[in-house]
Amino acid sequence: MSDGPAQSPWQTVTISRIEKRTPRVTSFFLEPSRPFAHRAGQHVDVRLTAPDGYQARRSYSIASAPEAGETIELAIERLDDGEVSPFFHDIAAVGDEVELRGPLGGHFIWSDSDGGPLLLVGGGSGVVPLMAMIRHRAARESAVTAALVFSARIWDEVIFRDELIDFHDRRDGFDLVLTLTREPAQRPTDYSRRVDAAVIEQSMVRLPAPPRFAFVCGSNAFVSAAAQALIDAGVPAGLIRTERYGV
Amino acid sequence: MVTRGFSSGRKPPTDADARIPPGQYLEQGFPVLSAGPTPHVRAEEWSFTLKHGPRPIKKWNWTEFNALPLTRMTRDIHCVTAWTKFDTAWQGVLVDDILADAGIEPLSPFTLALSFDGYTTNVPTKDLTAGKAMVALLYEGKPITPDHGGPARLLVPHLYFWKSAKWLNGLQFTERDEPGFWELRGYHIYGDPWREQRYTGDP
Ligand SMILES: Cc1cc2nc3c(=O)[nH]c(=O)nc-3n(C[C@H](O)[C@H](O)[C@H](O)COP(=O)(O)OP(=O)(O)OC[C@H]3O[C@@H](n4cnc5c(N)ncnc54)[C@H](O)[C@@H]3O)c2cc1C
Repeated sequence: MSDGPAQSPWQTVTISRIEKRTPRVTSFFLEPSRPFAHRAGQHVDVRLTAPDGYQARRSYSIASAPEAGETIELAIERLDDGEVSPFFHDIAAVGDEVELRGPLGGHFIWSDSDGGPLLLVGGGSGVVPLMAMIRHRAARESAVTAALVFSARIWDEVIFRDELIDFHDRRDGFDLVLTLTREPAQRPTDYSRRVDAAVIEQSMVRLPAPPRFAFVCGSNAFVSAAAQALIDAGVPAGLIRTERYGV
Repeated sequence: MVTRGFSSGRKPPTDADARIPPGQYLEQGFPVLSAGPTPHVRAEEWSFTLKHGPRPIKKWNWTEFNALPLTRMTRDIHCVTAWTKFDTAWQGVLVDDILADAGIEPLSPFTLALSFDGYTTNVPTKDLTAGKAMVALLYEGKPITPDHGGPARLLVPHLYFWKSAKWLNGLQFTERDEPGFWELRGYHIYGDPWREQRYTGDP
């Protein structure tokens, strides 16, 4: 009945690799100490403990595909006045251990067997769970068509940019549409504005049929605006799944 | 396990400590979390139905519902995503007063909260009655905004906030404890923040 994480209490994971993705986003690769199997779109909870016992926990989406093996990739954006994300950016080093619980979440998930077409809409670090879906699709050599509308402020803040363009260039049914809010568009198919109904409509034209699943993820303000844009573009509200990063 | 290099810079003052459940941090803002787009339900099209299983017992429109006794409730709320917010001020209709207006006592030990967007969440009936829960209509004296569940949301402040269903349009008595939307997707069947009942399988 329930697909919950009953069998997944806290475990210690080791940071095995750190890779800067953009000026503000860094990927942390974690090696679990116990078997870990997730579905694309799920997240984990991370817990930090101070010497006096004080703990902070936050949720982070999993960027890696289920097929990527045991290593879990988290892509964390630095919020200057935050508590946990600056810890990762400024202090965490390869070999360090943190506590992690998961995988978590049974709603914002997609697997190849669910079918498509897929409409993915991400703002900033909200692309992370969508990236897991895109990587999963590629790893499975899935025939499901998918379009990602990805909003970033500038070209250099497009997380996973080279990998996404590479997927796009394969012409195997995945289309990347970038919307840059503070810079001119760089590719002919990109936009230089915020995601609106027209951007969604024009992106859906790239799908062979109306989307069967629509996933929207990002900050609260982004998700509100983008979900409304989808509705205005004719996507039934009941198809739209959202994940809000709260801030 | 102590995390190398992490210090308790954000540790809340000790007088606040007793009000913050384990694993939670104090939030000044009011984050929004939901599974889908924000439904925009106009008061004129809003209605609230009390049901026993599939059978409707009584239905109120917006005007009728607002004529029920209004109660104030100022409470700390706790979201499973680990934020706690102090002293949120709500006004609404106690579940007790809804039952009284329908002329009934609780009809079963379990209740399912129903929302306009199809969201559901289960709460034991005794956690909704005796002044513990209300259908909130106002937040800080103003109509609840759509992103926070307006025009009406459930408020069950002693449980994790996913139990306080937004865009509420009904309560349904059920014979068994029937898991709702998040409870079917890995979240705890009851959700007591003080016992950290976040996910399925937590004690
Ligand atoms: C399901 C889910 C998945 C997520 N996935 C990702 C992901 O993949 N990548 C990612 O980067 N993020 C993700 N997030 C967001 C992430 O969980 C954190 O919210 C984010 O990293 C910020 O945490 P922080 O501790 O750095 O900031 P916080 O300390 O939580 O602060 C957040 C903001 O609130 C303000 N603030 C709050 N309290 C204070 C205070 N006392 N003093 C000063 N300022 C304060 C600050 O302006 C700050 O910028 C996800 C969230 C959810 C719910």
